[in-house]
Amino acid sequence: MSTSDYHPLGLTLSRSVSRRDVVQAGLFSTAGLLFPDARAAAAPPQALPVPPIKVKAKSVIQVFLWGGMSHNDTWDPKPDAGYDYNGPMEAPLSTNVDGIQVSEWFPKLARQADKFSLIRSMTHGNNGHETAAYLVQTAHRPGERLAYPSVGAVFSYFHGKKYQGALPPYVVLTQPQGRFSEEGFLGAKLKPFATGGDPNAARFEVEGVVSRSVSDTRQQARRELLARMDTLLQAAGGDAQLRASEQAKLEAYDMILGKGREVFDLSKEKPELRERYGRHTFGQDCLAARRMVEAGVPYIVINYPGGWDTHSNHFQTMGRQAPELDQGLAALLLDLKERGLLDSTLVWCCGEFGRGPKIDWQPPWNGGRNHHGKVFSVLVAGGGFKGGHVVGSSDAKAEEVKDRPVYPVDLLGSVYQLAGIDPKAKLPHPMGLEARVLPIGEEGVKSAGLLTEIM
Amino acid sequence: MKPLWLLLLLAASAAPVAADEPKQAPGPPLYESASPVKVECEIDRLVVAKLKPLGVRQVLCSDAVFLRRAFLDVIGTLPAAGEARAFLEDTNPRKRRALIDHLLQRDEFAVYWAMKWADLLRIKAEFPVNLWPNAAQAYHRWVLASLRENKPYDEFARALLTSSGSNFRVGPVNFYRAMQSRAPEGIAATVALTFMGVRTDSWKPERLEGMAQFFAQTGYKPTSEWKEEHVFWDPTGTHTLASNIAPGKASIDEIGKPAKPESTETEAETPAFIARKEGVFPDGQKVKLTQERDPREVFADWLITPENPWFTRSITNRVWSWFLGRGIIHAPDDIRKNNPPSNPELLAYLERELVKSKYDLKHLYRLILNSNTYQASSMLGDVKPAAQAQFARYPLRRLEAELIIDAINKITATTELYTSAIPEPFTYIPQGETAMSIGDGSITSPFLALFGRSARATGTEDERSNKFIPSQWLHLLNSSQIQKKLEQGPGLRDLISARQGPVRTLEDIYLTVLSRMPTHAEIENAKDYGKPVPGLNKAGKPRAGKRSEDWIDITWSLINSSEFIFRH
Repeated sequence: MSTSDYHPLGLTLSRSVSRRDVVQAGLFSTAGLLFPDARAAAAPPQALPVPPIKVKAKSVIQVFLWGGMSHNDTWDPKPDAGYDYNGPMEAPLSTNVDGIQVSEWFPKLARQADKFSLIRSMTHGNNGHETAAYLVQTAHRPGERLAYPSVGAVFSYFHGKKYQGALPPYVVLTQPQGRFSEEGFLGAKLKPFATGGDPNAARFEVEGVVSRSVSDTRQQARRELLARMDTLLQAAGGDAQLRASEQAKLEAYDMILGKGREVFDLSKEKPELRERYGRHTFGQDCLAARRMVEAGVPYIVINYPGGWDTHSNHFQTMGRQAPELDQGLAALLLDLKERGLLDSTLVWCCGEFGRGPKIDWQPPWNGGRNHHGKVFSVLVAGGGFKGGHVVGSSDAKAEEVKDRPVYPVDLLGSVYQLAGIDPKAKLPHPMGLEARVLPIGEEGVKSAGLLTEIM
Repeated sequence: MKPLWLLLLLAASAAPVAADEPKQAPGPPLYESASPVKVECEIDRLVVAKLKPLGVRQVLCSDAVFLRRAFLDVIGTLPAAGEARAFLEDTNPRKRRALIDHLLQRDEFAVYWAMKWADLLRIKAEFPVNLWPNAAQAYHRWVLASLRENKPYDEFARALLTSSGSNFRVGPVNFYRAMQSRAPEGIAATVALTFMGVRTDSWKPERLEGMAQFFAQTGYKPTSEWKEEHVFWDPTGTHTLASNIAPGKASIDEIGKPAKPESTETEAETPAFIARKEGVFPDGQKVKLTQERDPREVFADWLITPENPWFTRSITNRVWSWFLGRGIIHAPDDIRKNNPPSNPELLAYLERELVKSKYDLKHLYRLILNSNTYQASSMLGDVKPAAQAQFARYPLRRLEAELIIDAINKITATTELYTSAIPEPFTYIPQGETAMSIGDGSITSPFLALFGRSARATGTEDERSNKFIPSQWLHLLNSSQIQKKLEQGPGLRDLISARQGPVRTLEDIYLTVLSRMPTHAEIENAKDYGKPVPGLNKAGKPRAGKRSEDWIDITWSLINSSEFIFRH
């Protein structure tokens, strides 16, 4: 199918999300005070009443598989492609939805297939880790003058101000991506809060929040000591820089001594549930993410604890990691469903690209898979996405898109729409340059339309 | 003759004085000097002329404040306790001038300023530009060497603008590689930002196009060595890479493909560059470009002269902003007609001085550092914007990420591990290097990322963020990283275990952390803190002194104080 059969993103949206809805939803309420540019973008109200859109996704959990996970060994199996493509893989598994199959490594997800949908035609054609990671998480083309913020930073910018929770609005479990600058040009304020620590350890020591060696009594005594010892603050407290710094310190203490840290106390969960998620870092990452959803955190990223860049040792690494991914994700979806949170929590999971469907048997790879940006798979669930569907498909060997391509703007545009963020809204660039959430309608940006078939 | 404290510096960390009594006599206020401000230099005359009508009078900062300020501003490093004590006890009335001369000669000088320049010159191996590790090192080494030899700024700029050769071997060629766009317009925009302090985003497209002609013949070609690339004058345009595309012109599909030098496609495009053969300087002057001369040199000839309206002005204004927290034209990289200097006479004077000294930046540093305006107190409270723009006081500013962690490491005698996600030999950093000395912006640590080290993507001054966010406080107040350094680092342990009596210990902690002596009130606060040491002494009385846990908390409180974390 050709891409021109679809409406460009903007058309679909102009009907359902108007600027006015965005203003009424309060997206610019206080952000506008801080960033005059954003307020200017909130154009005057239109005359015609438009039915207010319902924000479906109140929280988002993004599971990022850094390095790029193979698609045909996981969510887009091609059992007929032969040994050069499948290597030692066994026959795929049927799921609880007729006609959807996943690889042998995902028995638990197979029983939850009604809760998620698979996009099997994600494509951008980029095979560089940093550039592809940037593309998938910003939908902007790499190599332009501006370094755009990631989805999480955009959420934090639009939703963070009205959010009153005890935790930061954009949390990363547990380490930032490193080669990718999440906040882009929005600056340090929009950086994610990276927890550090290990949620699977006896105590999840969130760096800066949960301290190993300082008791609450000592913490309190220290705080009082600091107030007495801060002589410069006493002498020059009226200074605007110092006032801002003290405000930030106050917010930090709310987390250290306030309610926020309880969210990280996984011992409050039943042992059986912790087992169901899996007693490994990724499983407990998922459990911690669910607790954050309950605490109202708008955007949570789980950077998979491990890499999927399996140029060599591919099948061994996959055989170890994929079952953990299966267990954690399946438990997360089921738990969200059972708690009535799945409808308001959007989950999406993918890497920066897939991996070459044809196995590289040459040394030094000896049965590895290389980068593959032409087509790969994404799992989406909840927050307004329907479960039990497959969007698009790849060709017989999972090498190219066969039908219904999904480009980064299509995926992220859908996520933004479900969260009530106008993809055409302006972002405040420090130098006052024109910058919008998504590059809709820009020359060279391919789009095949929002994922309306599962929304 | 050398002042006393310099001699003491040579004698390493000065021998301790036995007395264990508070020395802080009632006298001059802690942060300000009792001596009246005497207008002696031209900078002060010009600044005071602007401040008088505003009814604002500068106050000089105290010796202790000056010491710390000068160390941080000139070499990005805290004074050692011995250095601080020696300077404070020195009675030479000209000791501030002597300290400035001393600091300008220190090894850390070039290291610190190379870090600043690396932000503006975008020295970073990967993302958003693939400069590559080996090339980033070569680029940084060249900047560092130039600063060490105090290369005149005009030569420095010319080398960056006109060099040709390998990215691994000729450091300054990386200037043309460390750009997000290698299209002629992209290069022109970066050149204007770096050397003219001008943002071309507001220019009419024709103006940028005219300037772009000088960079349209900049060629890039790979060699057989992995990641090596030559930058050279390419008048025929045969080596224009496929990645050499104007911003916003490339589709997703075009990026990431290997460059195809000498493809028929690019050849077809090249005549457009050459056909013009006329460059237009940003001042409107036109010049014919010939096949005899690299147009980058033609541009450098126009730019690098004392008469050029941007060149001297831009660097002078930048240097001022680095020391005084804001430019005379502000922001320092936003020079344009409708953004006038707050004190044109002052800027003109400094420009003349720089030209007279043959672009010796240290001369400019000296003039500024010795002025009362630089040495003004920061204690005027929240001064009005108008007075702030006229430099009524030295503004409080949070330290850079690198300086904070280096200072904490120095105090606790601990080290950090800095790594890069890029697995190459050129990204290996020996343990114990300071954060400030890391050349490649891709080599990093969670601390540096958290505290807003520059992304080195655009080369604008505000890419480095020194504003506090709550998660930074979480880290300073309560992270295991900082706590471990305080508990286990030999630096603090040695101070505490020296057993010189609590007041002397406190003095040493203050000199080490805040570069000054504690006040009476601070001594009392510290005395009151914590629990008594358990057990009795030989005489059956409660033991004197403090538990080490309490000393740690006291040091912790100083590291988390505004005085530690803000230049003041």
